Amino acid sequence: MPNNIINHEIPDVILKQYGRDHFSGAYTNTPHVRVDKGNRSLPRLSKIIDTLEQVILKSGLKDGMTISFHHHFRGGDKVVNMVMEVISHMGIRNLTVAASSLTTVHAPMIKHIKDGTVSQIYTSGIRGELAEAISNGLMDNPIIIHSHGGRARAIETGQIKIDVAFMGVPSCDVYGNANGYTGTSACGSLGYAKVDALYAKKVVLITDFITEYPNTPFSIHQDQVDYIVQVDQVGDPAKISTGATRYTTNPRDILIGSLAAQVIACSGYFEDGFSLQTGSGGASLITTKFLREYMEKQNVHASWALGGINAQLVKMHEDGLIKRLLDVQSFDSEAIRSIGANRYHSEIDASYYANPLNKGCAVNKLNVVVLSALEIDTNFNVNVLTGSDGILRGASGGHSDTAIGSGLSIVVAPLIRGRSASVVNDIQTIITPGSTVDVLVTDRGIAVNPRRKDIAEDLSRYKLPIVPIQVLKEKAQKIAGIPEPINFEKKVVAVVEYRDGTVLDVVRQVKA
Amino acid sequence: MKIVKTGAAGTLESSDVMITVRSNGSNGIEIDLNSIVEKQFGKQIHAVVKKTLADLQVEDALIGVQDKGALDCAIEARLITAVYRAAGIEQVNWEALS
Amino acid sequence: MSERLRRTMLYVPGNNAGMIRDAAIYHSDSIMFDLEDSVAYRQKDAARMLVYKNLKTLDFEGIETVVRINGLDTPYGKDDIKAMVKAHPDIIRLPKTETAQDIMDVEELIAQEEEKQHLPLGTIKMMAAIESPLGIINAYSIATASDRLIGIAIGAEDYVTAMKTKRSPGGVEILYARSAVVTAARAAGIGAFDTVYSDLNNEEGFAEEVRLIKQLGFDGKSVISPRQIGPVHEIFAPTDKELSFAQKVIEAIDEAKSKGSGVIAVNGKMIDKPIVERAERILELAEASGIIIPSEGENYAE
Repeated sequence: MPNNIINHEIPDVILKQYGRDHFSGAYTNTPHVRVDKGNRSLPRLSKIIDTLEQVILKSGLKDGMTISFHHHFRGGDKVVNMVMEVISHMGIRNLTVAASSLTTVHAPMIKHIKDGTVSQIYTSGIRGELAEAISNGLMDNPIIIHSHGGRARAIETGQIKIDVAFMGVPSCDVYGNANGYTGTSACGSLGYAKVDALYAKKVVLITDFITEYPNTPFSIHQDQVDYIVQVDQVGDPAKISTGATRYTTNPRDILIGSLAAQVIACSGYFEDGFSLQTGSGGASLITTKFLREYMEKQNVHASWALGGINAQLVKMHEDGLIKRLLDVQSFDSEAIRSIGANRYHSEIDASYYANPLNKGCAVNKLNVVVLSALEIDTNFNVNVLTGSDGILRGASGGHSDTAIGSGLSIVVAPLIRGRSASVVNDIQTIITPGSTVDVLVTDRGIAVNPRRKDIAEDLSRYKLPIVPIQVLKEKAQKIAGIPEPINFEKKVVAVVEYRDGTVLDVVRQVKA
Repeated sequence: MKIVKTGAAGTLESSDVMITVRSNGSNGIEIDLNSIVEKQFGKQIHAVVKKTLADLQVEDALIGVQDKGALDCAIEARLITAVYRAAGIEQVNWEALS
Repeated sequence: MSERLRRTMLYVPGNNAGMIRDAAIYHSDSIMFDLEDSVAYRQKDAARMLVYKNLKTLDFEGIETVVRINGLDTPYGKDDIKAMVKAHPDIIRLPKTETAQDIMDVEELIAQEEEKQHLPLGTIKMMAAIESPLGIINAYSIATASDRLIGIAIGAEDYVTAMKTKRSPGGVEILYARSAVVTAARAAGIGAFDTVYSDLNNEEGFAEEVRLIKQLGFDGKSVISPRQIGPVHEIFAPTDKELSFAQKVIEAIDEAKSKGSGVIAVNGKMIDKPIVERAERILELAEASGIIIPSEGENYAE
C-alpha cells in the first residue's frame, strides 16, 4: 500500500473510487499561495505585475487568440489604446478583439489592423475614424456587431472564447477586488466588465488606483483575477463622465421628449409600480423630465429603472419616485456617486441585463423603454448603426434587447436631421426588427405600429398627433426631397448579429 | 445677369448653405459643391443651382456651394441673393421670380 | 369656429434657415418671420429672399403666418412689402407704429401689390405693433385705421426706454400701455397681443406675466422660443370649472333649441348671449389646449 509524502497510508481503491490523487505537498497545487511565507500570509499576497509587457507575457497571449475590453470609460478610455500598443510592439499578430464597444478615441486601432496585430473585431458600436476606415474596406474580415445582451450570450455559451480579458478598473486592491465608483477614473457600474471577468481564461486588471485590501464592495472578485498592472491613468476623468447630465435646451428634442412622455402617460402602461428605461440621447433623456411631471401629478411611482443610469434618474430615485435602479452603465458623475451611496441603486452585469438565453434577464420585466434611432422604415425596423450615407457611426447597444423585452417600446427621432429623413422606405441597416417596436415619436407626428392595436386605442382617446407611419415618410420626402440611393461595393464590412446569435443584416463597403 | 464681382450669401449653420458667386469670364457655369449630404442629394443640388442660374439668365459664373443640409428653397434663396450681390444689383426683380 | 385663436405668436429670425424650416412643428397659433430687428442691415436682402422662398415652398400646416417687415422710414420697408405680398403670408406686421397714417401708408402699398398679383383686395391682413409713447396715445386711431387690421400688439422694449425707465418683474411701468392697447383693441373690435418675455430661463416669471396679461384681457403673446408655447397654452386653457359650466351652457342651449323654448338657465343663472359666446370660446380653447372633454373620462393629455 503506497503512502503519501507525509507517510500516511492511503488505499489505492479509495483513490480510484473517488477519482483522486495523492496529497503531494501543501503548495504544489495552489500556485497562488506563496511558498516562502505559507498560507498564513494570504492577505499580503499580491497579483501586481510591474509592466503591461510582463503581464502580457505571463498571460500566455499568442498569435490568433481573443482578447477583450469593456467600454465603461466611454470617450475617456485609455486602456484599449495602451494595451494594443504594447501587444503590437511585442509582435503578437492575428488577434480577435472582442470589445463591449469601441468609440471615437479608438482610432489608433487602424494601425493595429494595418500591421496585422488585429484581424477580427467584435463590438456593439463603432464610431469616428476607425468606423469610417472599416466602412471603406480596411479589414479583410467583416467586424461583428452584437447587442449588449447578445454579447453576454455569446460569451456565456462559448461562442466568443476570451483568452485574455484586459479590464480597466477605477480601483482595485492587490488581490483583484475591483469596483467602479472609487478612484479618480471612477466610471460607476462595471456591468459589461463583469461578464468578461467571469468567463475569460485569463483576467488582467489595469488600474491607476490600488486601494487597501479588501476593496469592498467589489464588482470584480479576487477569485476571477489573474494579474494586476498599475498604470498612470486608465482614463481621462473629464471624458469618462461629464458632470450631472443636463436636460437638452434644443426645442426640437424638448418637443419630441414631451410627446414621448405623453404617449407613456396616455398608454395603459402608466400605472403605479411600472418600470422604465430611457436612453441617453437628448430627446430620450428629457422624456424623463416630462414623465416625472405626470408621475407627480397623478401620484404614480416606478418600481425600478433600468439600463444606463443618469443624474435625472438618480434624482427621481432619491426623491422617492423610482424605488430601485438597476445599473449596467453609469452615464454621469451623479450616477457614479449614487451607485456607491444608495442601497437600492444596484450594479448589474450585461447578462443579467439582457442575455436572451440565461434564465431571466431584466429587459424581460421592463414595461416601457424610450430609444433613439437614426432611421426607421415603414415596417418599424430600426437602424442605429449606419448613417444615411451608409457609413458606420453608431451602436447596437441594448436597443434590440430592450425593444423586445419591454411592453411598450418607443422610438424617438426628429423626422428630418439636416436633410436626411429618419422615416424612409429602406433603412441602411437593421438592428432592431419592427416586430419589436411599438411607437415612433417624431417632431412632426406619432405613429403606432399597426401590430399594437391596443396601444393605438389607448392613445386615440387623447389629442395626440397620431398618423400612419407612411404619412410621416411622405411628409419627410416632401420637405427634404428624395435622396439618391447610396452605392455599395460587394464587400461586406460588418455583420449584424441579432441578440440570439443569428445574422440579421450585413453592412457593405461604401463606394468611393 | 452679369457677374462683376464676388458675392456670397448664407451661413454655415445646420440646414443652411453658404454660396459664393464669382466671375468666370466667358467659361460658362462651374459648380464646386461640398455638402454633408453629397451622396444622397449631390445631383439634386446641382440641378437646383443650374435651374436657378438659368432663370436669372446667368451664363458665366464660378459657384461655390458649402452645404449643411439646406432644403432646395434655401439653396435657391441663398443663390439668388449671392447672384444679385455679385452682379452689383440692389433691386430684385420680384415680378420675374417664381 | 368664431375668431381665430392667437394665444402664441412664435418669433422666428428671418435669416435663420433651420429655424424657419422647423417653425411649424411647435404648433404655436401663429408664426412670425422677422425681417426687422433680428436681421443685420447687411443681411436684409438675404433674409427677405429666404423668407420669400420658404413661404412659397414650405407647408406650415395651417398655422397662421405673419411677417414682420421693416418700417417705411427705412430703406427696406417698400421692398419687404413688394416681396411679401407676392409670398403671401396671412398677415403683414408693421413695427413701431405711431400714427394711423403709418398704417394707411402700408395699406396703400399692400393694395398696389395685391392688384399686381391679381389677389382680391384685402387678402393680406395686417397687424400693428405699438412701441412708443406716441403710439400708445394714438392706440385707438391706429386700431381703427384699416379694415385689414386683425390686431394690435404692444412692444415694450423701445417703449420703456422712451419712458425713461426699464422693465421690471410685475411690469408696473407698462401697465398703462398694456391697458391702453387692450382697451383700444376691444373698442375697435380687434385682437390685442402682448410683448415678448426675454428671460428664457425664468419660467416662473414668464408664467406670472402670462397670467397677468390673460387677466388684463389680451388674446395672446409673442414668444421668442418654442419652449414658451406650452406654458402660454396651459395658462390660457380653461379650468375644469369653466369647462364644465361651458358644457352645461351649450347643452342647455341645444336642449332649449330642440324644445323650442325661450329663456334658459344653468345653475339658477340666466343664460344670455355673452355667456353663450364665452362658453363657445371656452370649448374652443379646451379643444385647442388638447383637453379631452370629460365625457370620455377625466384624463388630460396635456
